[in-house]
Order: sequence, then C-alpha cells, then structure tokens
Amino acid sequence: MIESNLLGWVIASVFFSSVFMMLISLYSKYNNDIPQKIYTLLGLGGPAVSLLCSFLLINDFLNTGTTVYYKAFTWLDIQGFVINASLMLDTLTVAMLSFISFVGFIIHLYAHVYMKEDPSYARFFIWFNLFMASMFLLVLADNPIMMFIGWEGVGLCSYLLVSFYFHSEDNVRAGNKAFILNRIGDFGFLSGLSLLFIHLGFTGFDFASLEANIHLIPSDTLTLIAILLFIGAMGKSAQIPLYIWLPDAMAGPTPVSALIHAATMVTAGVYMVVRFNFLYAITEDVGVFIAYVGAFSALLAALIAMRQDDIKKILAYSTMSQLGYMFMAVGLGAYSYGIFHVFTHAFFKALLFMGAGAIILILHHEQDIKKMGALKNKMPFIYAMMFIATLSISGIPPFSGFFSKDAILNHLFSSEHYLIFGMALLTAGLTSYYMFRLLIIVFISPSSKDKHLLSENKLINVTLFTLSLGAVFLGFINLPAFFGGNENYSLWLNLPDTHFHLSHTSESILLVINIIVACTGIAFAFSQYKNGSKDPSLGFLDKPIKNKFYIDEIYHYCFVKPLSWLSIFIVKVIDEKIIDSFIHTLSSRYQRLSYYTDAIQNGNVRYYALYMSIGIVIIFIYLGVSK
Amino acid sequence: MIDVGSFFILGILLFSIGIVGMISRRNIFVMYMSVELMLNAINLILVALSHHYEDLNAQVMAIMIIAIAAAEASIFLALFVMLFKNARSLDANFFELLKQEKHHD
Repeated sequence: MIESNLLGWVIASVFFSSVFMMLISLYSKYNNDIPQKIYTLLGLGGPAVSLLCSFLLINDFLNTGTTVYYKAFTWLDIQGFVINASLMLDTLTVAMLSFISFVGFIIHLYAHVYMKEDPSYARFFIWFNLFMASMFLLVLADNPIMMFIGWEGVGLCSYLLVSFYFHSEDNVRAGNKAFILNRIGDFGFLSGLSLLFIHLGFTGFDFASLEANIHLIPSDTLTLIAILLFIGAMGKSAQIPLYIWLPDAMAGPTPVSALIHAATMVTAGVYMVVRFNFLYAITEDVGVFIAYVGAFSALLAALIAMRQDDIKKILAYSTMSQLGYMFMAVGLGAYSYGIFHVFTHAFFKALLFMGAGAIILILHHEQDIKKMGALKNKMPFIYAMMFIATLSISGIPPFSGFFSKDAILNHLFSSEHYLIFGMALLTAGLTSYYMFRLLIIVFISPSSKDKHLLSENKLINVTLFTLSLGAVFLGFINLPAFFGGNENYSLWLNLPDTHFHLSHTSESILLVINIIVACTGIAFAFSQYKNGSKDPSLGFLDKPIKNKFYIDEIYHYCFVKPLSWLSIFIVKVIDEKIIDSFIHTLSSRYQRLSYYTDAIQNGNVRYYALYMSIGIVIIFIYLGVSK
Repeated sequence: MIDVGSFFILGILLFSIGIVGMISRRNIFVMYMSVELMLNAINLILVALSHHYEDLNAQVMAIMIIAIAAAEASIFLALFVMLFKNARSLDANFFELLKQEKHHD
C-alpha cells in the first residue's frame, strides 16, 4: 500500500483548470480583452497534466502491482462512522483511468479545433474540464460516497454540456431530459447506497471493507441493493427503460458527444457494476436480470439505429447497443470482458464521433446523412478513419471491436443463456448493417448535389489517426487462447469472473458464425445502399422503427402527461380549493372575532379599572379555591 | 369595645364604595375621591389590626400611606388643572386616546 499525491493531482489539475477558467471568464466580464490562448492553455493544460500523472501512476502500478492510496482529508467522522475524501488506484481503476485520461485528452485537442470559432469557447472548456474531473473522481474514489459525488458531477456536467447551445429550446429540453432521467437513476443508486449504509455503515464504508463484510447482509436485502444500484446504472449507461435521454443528448457539441459516449459518463454504469462485483457475484438472479436488460437494450437500439438519418443519432443508438453488450457480459459474470469492451469501445466510438464531427464541420454543420453522399474522394483520410472504426464496431477481425465482442458472445453462449446469446448475435448483425449503411450513404452512394466543402484540419486528422491506432490494435492485448494468446488483459484485471468451459470445436464454430453474421449485415447494407441512399421498406416494422417504437410518445403519455395532470389537479383543487379556502376562512373568521373583542379596548380608563378589579377578584377566587 | 370584625366590614364597605365610584362616575374629581376612599378603607383596616395585635408596624404603614396620598393629591390636582386647560373638560369618557382605531376591511 503506497500513498501518492499524484492521485490527487489527476483530479486537481482538471478541476482547478476549470475553476481558474471560471474566475478568468468572470473577470473578463469587466475587462473584455482576455485572449483565447489563455483558455486554450488552461483548458488543454489541465487534461495534459492529468494524462501525465495518470501515465506515471499507471507505469508505477504496472511495475509494482501495489494498490495506491491517497487520502486528502477526513470528510466525516461521526462516532466511528468515517468517510474519508480518499482515492484509490487498483487494477480496475487503472483500466478505466488509462483510457479516460488518454481518450479524454485527445478529445480535448479535438474540441479545441471544433470550438475555436465559438463565442462560448471559455464556457465550453470550463464545463468540459469539470466533466473530466467528475469522471476521474468517479473511477478513483475509494468509497461509494466519493464515487457518488463524481457520479452526480458527471450528471450535472452532461446537463450543462448537452444544453450548451441554450438559445434553442429543444437543446434545453434535451439537457433537462438527460438530467431528469439521470436523477431517476440516481434515486435508485442513492437508495441502494442508503441500504448498504444501514447494514454496513459502521464497519467501514470503503470498497475493501464493504467487500469483506458483504456476507453480513441478508440475501433478500442484497438482491434489493443490487437492483437499486443497477437502476442507477440504467440511468447513467442509458439502458431500458431510462435510455431516452441518450439520443437527445446529441444536441450538444460533437466533442461532448464523443466524451460522453466514449470515455466518460455512459461507461460509469458498467464501471459501477464491476466495482461492486463482490455484490453482484453473490446475487446471480440480479445478474441475469441485468443481462436481459442489456440484451433488450442492445437489440432495441440496433433496430432503431437502422432507420435514423441523423449521423450523430445513429452513433448514439449504437452506443446504447454496445453498452447493452457490456451489461450482458457483466450480468453473466464476465466482468473482465465487460471492461475490455468498455476499453476498446472508448477508442472506436470516440473515433466514430470525431470522424462524424469532422464531416459535420466540413459540411457546414450538416448532420443528415441523406444530404451527404459520395464523400469518399473528397475526404479520403476521414473516410479511411471512419472505415476502420466501422469495421471495429462491426466486429470484423482483426480490429479491436472484434476481440471484445467475440469474447462476450462466446461467454454468453457458454453460459447457456441462449435467448440472450441469440439477441446479442442478432444485434451484432444489425450493428454491422446500420454502421455500414451510415458509411455507405455518407461516403459511397452517389449524390446529386455538389457541395461546398471547408478544408480539413490537420490537428483533427492527427487526433483521428491516434485513436484509429487504438481501434485497430488494442484488441490484441486480450488475445484469447484460440488465437494463441492467453487473455493477458483479463488475467491482469483479475476480477472474479465466472468461467465456463467451451470446447475448441464449438469455439471455432462460434467464431465463424460471428464473422458470417457481421459480414451478412455488411453485405445487406452494401446491396441496399450502393446505388442510392433511399431506404428499402422493412415491412410491418418500418413505421415503428422509424418512430423509435413510439417510446418517447409512450413515456410522454404514461409519465409526463399524468404528472402534469396531477400537478394541475394539485394547483387548482388541492391548493386553491382546499388549502387556500381553509386559510382564508380561518383568517376572515378570526378577523370577525377581533371586530367584537376590540370593543374591550375602548380607551376609557374607567373600564380598564373595571377589568382590573375583575382580574383581581378572579385571582382571589382562584387562590381561595385552590387552598 | 368594638371588635375588629366591625372595622373589617366597614373597611370592605368603604373599599367597595370606592371601586363602584371609580368605575361608575365620569367626573375625574369624583374618581380621584373614590381612590382616596379606597386608600382610607385600607388605612382603617391597618389601624384596626394594629390595635388588635398590638403591633405598631401597621400604623407606621398607615401613616406612610397618608403621607404618600397627600403628596399624590398635589400632583393629581396639578394634573387636573393642566388637563382642564388643554381639553376644557374633566369628563373621563372624553379622554380615550388609548382606544383601538377601527379598521374596516
């Protein structure tokens, strides 16, 4: 056990860069000539220092393998119940920290170019850095309370950033939606934490003590806690039924989408479940439930993504779908595969979003893929990058997405939950279909219009290239035995995975099936869209898919409308008719009463003398009686 | 020898007359006289009890009350003169500055 200040600096550098930018921008209200360079320096410097600190920490950790602690101060100490503001770095944290700091920094570089012309450049980086700080706190926290602070911070910053362009009411509504749905999830998370606290609050509340004492909780309560915590994950990681904020969150600037979807926020739910693996390992029913939620979310998102036209919304649904995979994995006990998919997903999803953002920039903020087309020769570099990312997410070997997805699919099959496996496989096919639909419509299929294009930006291309290396090669760190590796990443993570035996033959059959399914999707997409961007009909599913299965409308009528009726009822009937009228009657009666009683106070001294005499007589009578 | 009970009855009667006079009469002079009557009723009882118990303390108190009442009398009379100069009236009902102002709402 080592103590290291560096752990604190990972968070502090981004946090204080955000605070300094805030102060400077406050000052600039009175003195309007702060050059943008200062914000750039702080906005990019903070994450750069974080990246450096993380790199040093991770390097040390990989060499020594000792868990690192850092205690900033004792936050609470109430008769034995101690909450420390302390951080911890173990293997799981290293796995998360590595890509959060790296991909986060790359996205910051990209955001610098993307937002350069924006008048709210400073505001953007203030919140962007705060977002990073919250996410670092979330993964580095060594007790659930600190984790919850990061958890809430991430929610807050996502709200701020989603409604970044707050001049349009739709964007504000999207931000509110993200915030409110996250609050619903947080309610579950907080209830779960409270239950944990009731049972284990006084035997230490950091993760290590919780793990040691988890057996003290009766199993019914454990199940309840596991479900409540997962409700939090549903909100953060956009699973059924709390997912509807994710597509709307595309209202924010593209770097925000990249950050939310790749490195931060949505992975928080998966991370949380893996962090509580000691809890979920002994509540297997909840695990299966999680896996089913993941499977349905993955399938639903993939179906909806098939017929979306907004390039960012397609990617948003694909994120939800990939998160479904992660939850299927962690639900059925394959924690290391879940984290592995989080890891590879961070790279190819960031690459997809940043590629999409680059296209959007070049096309003067056009997001409708139907209005793009034939961009292959006009932006060959971006085409190559998007192609790599699409191959990776579709699960084509040897790209990174293939290895993580294949590992999960194998695990699902061998765990004998065939329904989940079937849905996951179907989703895999749909994924390659809709991703190639996007790619083909944007880059290959002919376009009638001649568009005026802005030039590509060098720095953007550098960032894309860096991420594409990750999207291509990172799969090899967890090379399965089948390909001659021995799953080094999973071994290193050392999480309590459930292992199922799978014979060599069935593994090869599964491999072939996975690849065939992915290729079928690609072939379908290619045959349907190579000549034009018109969508072929999907039969009876066409309308529901285009309308996202009417989920938004259903929620609107099931929750929003009744709630607004209820509040109207409370205002018009309970408040006005009952409470107000009661108060008014009371006060008017009281006033009328005072109308009679104030005759007593007539200012006439003779009457006062009378009252006094009566008072004295009463006192004497009382004294006489009480004797 | 008259017994102490008779003095008590006389004192209570005088005191009651004083209270009734104080409350029922409107002329400030008469009200003042009623106050004096009450004081003297108390003095009477004090002196009677002093004689009964053969204790001079009560007589001392009675003399104190008479002395203070005499001092009061001069202040009261001065006040009445000023009051009459200002208001041209000695009717107690005329002076009702402490009265609650009516709010009609």
